[in-house]
Amino acid sequence: MEKVLTRNIGFDQKPTDLKAYEANGGYRGLRKALADMSPKDCQDLISDSKLRGRGGAGFPTGMKWSFVPGEDKCGPGHKYLVCNADEMEPGTFKDRLLMECDPHQLIEGMILAAYTIGADISYVFIRGEYVLAIQRLRDALAECYAAGLLGDNVLGSGYKLDMYVHPSAGRYICGEETALINALEGKRANPRAKPPFPQVSGLWGRPTIVNNVETLCNIPHIIDRGAEWFKSLGIGEDAGTKLFGVSGKVNNPGCWELPMGTPIREIIEVHAGGMQEGYQLKGFLPGGGSTDFLTHEHLDLAMDYNVIGAAGSRMGTGTMIILDDRTCPVGMVLNLIRFFAHESCGFCTPCREGLPWTRQVLQDIEDGRGQPEDLETLAYQVNYIGALGNTHCALAPGAMEPLQSALKYFYDDFKQHISSGRCPYH
Amino acid sequence: MSKSQMIQTDVGSALSVDEIAEIDAELAHVPYKSGAAIDALKIVQAKRGWVSDESLRGIAKHLDMSAEELEGIATFYNLIYRRPVGEKVILFCDSVSCWISGCDDIKSKISKLLGVDYGETTKDNLYTLLPVPCLGACDRAPVMMVGDDLVTHLDDKKIKELFGKVKTKSTSSSKAGPKSEGSQ
Amino acid sequence: MPTIFIDGQELQVKDGENVLEACLNAGLDLPYFCWHPAMGSIGSCRQCALVQYQNEDDSRGRIIMGCMTPVTEGARFSLQGDKAKEFREAVVESLMLNHPHDCPVCAEGGECHLQDMTVMVGHSQRRYTGQKNTYRNQYLGPLIHHEMNRCITCYRCERYYKDYAGGKDLGAQASHDHLYFGRHEEGVLESEFSGNLVEVCPTGVFTDKPFLKQYSRKWDLQSAPSICTGCAVGCNIAPGERYGKLKRVHNRYNHEVNGYFLCDRGRFGSGYVNSDARLDYAGIKKPDDSFMAVHQQQALETAAGWIKGKKVAAIGSPRASLEANYLLREMVGAKNFAAGFSDTEAPLMSAVALILKTTKAQIPSIKKIEAADAILVLGEDVTNTAPRVALALRQSVRNKSFELAAQMGLPQWQDAAVRNLAQDQRSPMIIVSAMDTKLDDVASECISLAPDQIADLTVAIVAALANQASGNNEQANQIAQILQSAKNPLIVTGSSMLNLGIIDGAVAIAEALCTDDTSAMLSVCVPESNSIGAALLRSGSDDAIGLTLSDLVNNAPDVLLVMENDLERRLSPDEMHKLMGKGTKVISMDMLENPTLGASDMVLPAASYAESQGSLVNMEGRAQRYFPVFEPTAERLPSWQWLLKLGAITGHKALSKLNHFDEVVAACANSQAEFTDLARAAPDNSFRDRGLKIPRQTHRYSGRTAMNAGVSVHEPQQPHDTESPLAYSMEGLNRDQPSSLTPFVWSPGWNSNQALQKFQAEVDGPLKGGTAGQHLVVSSTMGYTAISSLSKGASQQVKSTAVKMQPHQWQLVPVHRVHGSDELSVNTDEIAELAGCAFVALGAVVAEKLAVTDGDGVVLGCGDTQLSLEVKVLRRVAKNCVGYSAGYKETLALQPATLVTLTKDAKWQRREPQLIASDRTIPDPIILDPNIAKGGSAHV
Ligand SMILES: Cc1cc2nc3c(=O)[nH]c(=O)nc-3n(C[C@H](O)[C@H](O)[C@H](O)COP(=O)(O)O)c2cc1C
Ligand code: SF4
Ligand code: FES
Repeated sequence: MEKVLTRNIGFDQKPTDLKAYEANGGYRGLRKALADMSPKDCQDLISDSKLRGRGGAGFPTGMKWSFVPGEDKCGPGHKYLVCNADEMEPGTFKDRLLMECDPHQLIEGMILAAYTIGADISYVFIRGEYVLAIQRLRDALAECYAAGLLGDNVLGSGYKLDMYVHPSAGRYICGEETALINALEGKRANPRAKPPFPQVSGLWGRPTIVNNVETLCNIPHIIDRGAEWFKSLGIGEDAGTKLFGVSGKVNNPGCWELPMGTPIREIIEVHAGGMQEGYQLKGFLPGGGSTDFLTHEHLDLAMDYNVIGAAGSRMGTGTMIILDDRTCPVGMVLNLIRFFAHESCGFCTPCREGLPWTRQVLQDIEDGRGQPEDLETLAYQVNYIGALGNTHCALAPGAMEPLQSALKYFYDDFKQHISSGRCPYH
Repeated sequence: MSKSQMIQTDVGSALSVDEIAEIDAELAHVPYKSGAAIDALKIVQAKRGWVSDESLRGIAKHLDMSAEELEGIATFYNLIYRRPVGEKVILFCDSVSCWISGCDDIKSKISKLLGVDYGETTKDNLYTLLPVPCLGACDRAPVMMVGDDLVTHLDDKKIKELFGKVKTKSTSSSKAGPKSEGSQ
Repeated sequence: MPTIFIDGQELQVKDGENVLEACLNAGLDLPYFCWHPAMGSIGSCRQCALVQYQNEDDSRGRIIMGCMTPVTEGARFSLQGDKAKEFREAVVESLMLNHPHDCPVCAEGGECHLQDMTVMVGHSQRRYTGQKNTYRNQYLGPLIHHEMNRCITCYRCERYYKDYAGGKDLGAQASHDHLYFGRHEEGVLESEFSGNLVEVCPTGVFTDKPFLKQYSRKWDLQSAPSICTGCAVGCNIAPGERYGKLKRVHNRYNHEVNGYFLCDRGRFGSGYVNSDARLDYAGIKKPDDSFMAVHQQQALETAAGWIKGKKVAAIGSPRASLEANYLLREMVGAKNFAAGFSDTEAPLMSAVALILKTTKAQIPSIKKIEAADAILVLGEDVTNTAPRVALALRQSVRNKSFELAAQMGLPQWQDAAVRNLAQDQRSPMIIVSAMDTKLDDVASECISLAPDQIADLTVAIVAALANQASGNNEQANQIAQILQSAKNPLIVTGSSMLNLGIIDGAVAIAEALCTDDTSAMLSVCVPESNSIGAALLRSGSDDAIGLTLSDLVNNAPDVLLVMENDLERRLSPDEMHKLMGKGTKVISMDMLENPTLGASDMVLPAASYAESQGSLVNMEGRAQRYFPVFEPTAERLPSWQWLLKLGAITGHKALSKLNHFDEVVAACANSQAEFTDLARAAPDNSFRDRGLKIPRQTHRYSGRTAMNAGVSVHEPQQPHDTESPLAYSMEGLNRDQPSSLTPFVWSPGWNSNQALQKFQAEVDGPLKGGTAGQHLVVSSTMGYTAISSLSKGASQQVKSTAVKMQPHQWQLVPVHRVHGSDELSVNTDEIAELAGCAFVALGAVVAEKLAVTDGDGVVLGCGDTQLSLEVKVLRRVAKNCVGYSAGYKETLALQPATLVTLTKDAKWQRREPQLIASDRTIPDPIILDPNIAKGGSAHV
């Protein structure tokens, strides 16, 4: 298979500098766009490519960009492009790789995206713990400014773009795009109500596009090589390649670029090397901590947005977490809920109060203090917190996904905890 | 606390010239001064390890904000410390993949070696131990950060190497930080 | 008018409103917490959930928040369906996880919105078995008590305090289920509007601290509709009484005046009603200068004896009711009546009365002020002189953001979204004042000028508006241009600088902005609750404009009646001495011991506003009626009753014919054209709602038979109110009577103040019983400037009086304070604490020259007088100006525009540090790097 996003990433994971990046076709897409393509052309091309956002929700990127109003509608002033490099979803480690090893690919993608939507200022909003990625991005930005790839006159085209790396002060909710915007504004990162969508009123009240690192990394290649080529990369319904990852008790945990639609079994058994000796696969979260468990029966599904959706889960970030037969599913859900309860911004009631309540019930069960009616309470909480729209943003419904599916697939484990008054895995 | 004490602590506010210069550089590209609030907190924290009440008020004043407004921001984020921390902060990942890989056990051992639990600082003031949400290195679990360095594939041996001598260390060893794992 | 369906019921709803509003307007009980009619929606509590269906066939539907969902044609919702109900119950259950369930000891108990909603959703069983989070409370000053454990995190406090009222020192801290609403550190809340937190918080986190110390449940309070006497805005209030004590003051909604909010002077400044310094009995001065207590009748007979056949004059009061002032004028005749203004104030008040009667400009209600899209404030620190107006001005500068939102199709109630969109873009507000004002933070421009220069600037602006002088005064041209390009320009000024030139100039600007189809708005702040009423009385009668105080000083009558007026505040000690001297018998009636009473020959105990009824005319010329909350104790009487009794006993021709309050009102209404409509301020004594008077007590007023049993087991009869349509009783309805008669709000299921929506014709709209109060003077087409003789000479006069200064001299400018400048409210302990001591306000430059900082002392020299005063350093002060605390006892003798000298007071003892942070200037950051510090250039 052709490597696209990771073609500059070697086994040693050394960063690619400007020279090496350009030598391998880098900034070719940008030069092409600035020379021959109008923003509208780029916009159409991205729409045609069927690229879907890699940040978790899979929203079509071209469509999202098309919502940015023209100056006739939003008046003169800045527009912003923001790269969401917050990557705090449990079990997710793909954007780190792209930024640490090939920062220019991201920068090129961002320049192209900014050019398309007419942005003149762009930010990489990156989690503060990614010290190495921050450093490498900053080094790459310096190279770009020196080479005229950024600044008042990008490659002599007259297009003006500034780019800043903005390290976060740390909170999972900052990854939610409207919370991210509040964080960029120097405020408390509570998510904003939508509508209005950030495309219309985002950073400082101006039109803003927020895209995931991986999404943006795809842009230079699509511009350079066209929509048809991109669509042909996927082997299922969806276009392009994707970084898939596996963590947990497998032989070879890691992250690989594979075609969209690669079967789950291939990812786990071939690329991740299968389960470690003495461990059986019991279930897995297909795309990070806020996706529903799938189990054996789903192993032959293709990693495509709609396929995984139809199976009752979500593609999410495409980085799987494996639950093995020696790990307690109640404990695993408790760990996740504890994370979400702690990372709740505290703005809306079901999440702020409901998640700690759920955590308390799970903790009781895990510690052997569970009562039979606790299972009803958990189901009640899933119903209360788990639906989109019940809460102000998608954090809390995401948090409920592993719990609701664990209750479905591992109900016996919960019951056993309660009936035996202890965790059977300890 | 008596009322008069309470007030007097409010009088001082300290920012160094360097800090002010760095904050002003951030101010250059935000449309409102308060837009640089988080950057300013981080700048001060980078120099002093944490943000004291005095620093917070100094920053607030410099940014034309009220201390309350800035307090709301400072206390929202995980990585702004409003209490003193040791020379290095250990950000110990306790999220799902690390948990599956046995991080609870490692954490207990680190706690034992250093004599501290989450939120506490070692007696020699070298380390503060804090939990952190998923560090995005799940393929190398369990992991933690010690200062700016990511330490992966944690096991008994590794943590002994890192922290085994902490308690007996004298002043001269305070410079010896953990070995960087980089991203290999 | 879109049609929506709720549980199948078809509802015609208002375009642009949200579903929560639509439900409440339809009389449906939909619980909510974070939404507030004045502050819009943020969707945080998730309490107002309904299920919305895609169409008729959709049977599943999805949960939506009523407050975040605009009504759209044909939209279908379920309010009563199980799914919606279960969700709403779950929300309350989770809000109660950490709630301490301490209702018995909570000051909110019985009027708690959280209690109401808990019952409404049916949550009654607790499943949570974990530990509750607990928090440390903060000391927030003498007015507000903090109890964080009760918090349900609705964000209302922060949004009210910061976003609505512009406070800086309270906010949300931390995150997840550790959210905390408080200050950066303990200390007095700085906002002049902090008290509204008590009503804004849906539970007991912020409660009324003085009330806590003498607590009663809401249902045990006896209340009456009343009017705040704190200033001339005339906010409507609902004071509550029990055991003969005024317990607390709550807001009483008036759509056009105060809406949902009061200032802290209004809410907390009535403590004087319960003061030990209240007079209980009449007294006659004995030769040793002490008073002998006498009964009413004896006092009246003695007074009658003194008056008979003597030359009698009277001094009325701008803080007494119109009716009492009217009776006093009738008693002595207009020629012998002084309305009670000082000599400096009197011409200003006449001018303001004339302005109200004649100006072409529109005199806006407080509600209308909120619609202004460009504002010029001249010489007034509105927050300190007419606080509620300042709160309205903070809303009007938001009109720019509403304009931007409208362009995007975003409704105003989408509060967070509108704020995010507009960031700090605001409608222009230009403040021209001698010093800092509390609205500077939202002003587009602050111009610091001495009062006379402000008057000069108004002349230049008028010229610029007429295109006369373009070019020579750039500032004036710019201001003119901003005002001219606005749709609803507003000029705000006032009398606090005691400078007629400013007021005249403000009128001239407003009138110059009036065109054939639009009239600019003009708001003139005056100091006291009935300043306008008194001024109208003084100007109204044809025969004379009446006396001034100096007339009386120079030409002493035989007998002088002084009503509710402490003359020490208006006369110099010399003048005071002369007026009250041996030759004249002085009979004074007032509430609290004061120097005037002390110097009188007879004192009569007057009832406070809470024990009497009357009308007050507010700054917009609106007459509003207050009613007694409880009967006066001991031998106190309302002033109007003292006067009627005195009239009867002396056989006064007119007064002896009047027996009842309604007759007084009628006589007053007939006395001069401006008062014709006075009776419309409220229904008269004959009003009955379905045969009954309006009850002052709630339906569950408890202990009526037992509350005095400790004193006597004979249950006293309830007093009979023979003068008003209100009864000291629980019987009767309190529903949709005229709003001027609504003593409190309560509705089944709605025990908290949120019951108000059941009294509103529509959410945030006027009350079902109409808007209380009656405009006495309606603006005309005449034009004030055209007819005012005062203003003709104004500009020359201004120039000629322009002050000439020697080096080291400063011009005095009065500085008003919400807490401290007002005569009555400072007699409340908590307010006195906040007022602090008298002060001199300096700019940083002067302070540096004198080598003083905040809290140091200076000696202020003015002729022979030397005053040692505390220093306050302000951010901006006009050149050559120095401020002094207006209305404070120690500085009463100071007069505006006098020239003074200043020297550091070396012997000054600093007080305990000031508690209010905004009164402190925070020192510049200490520079840590010594090398660069010497270079001195690094940062400024
Ligand atoms: C609680 C929460 C956390 C999120 N965290 C991230 C994140 O760390 N990185 C990311 O790219 N998207 C994250 N998202 C999704 C973003 O809101 C947004 O949809 C995404 O950045 C859009 O990018 P895309 O269209 O390129 O996928 C998060 C969403 C939620 C609700
Ligand atoms: S769902 Fe959670 S994270 Fe999202 S707004 Fe509500 S409290 Fe905040
Ligand atoms: S009132 Fe609607 S969410 Fe709070």
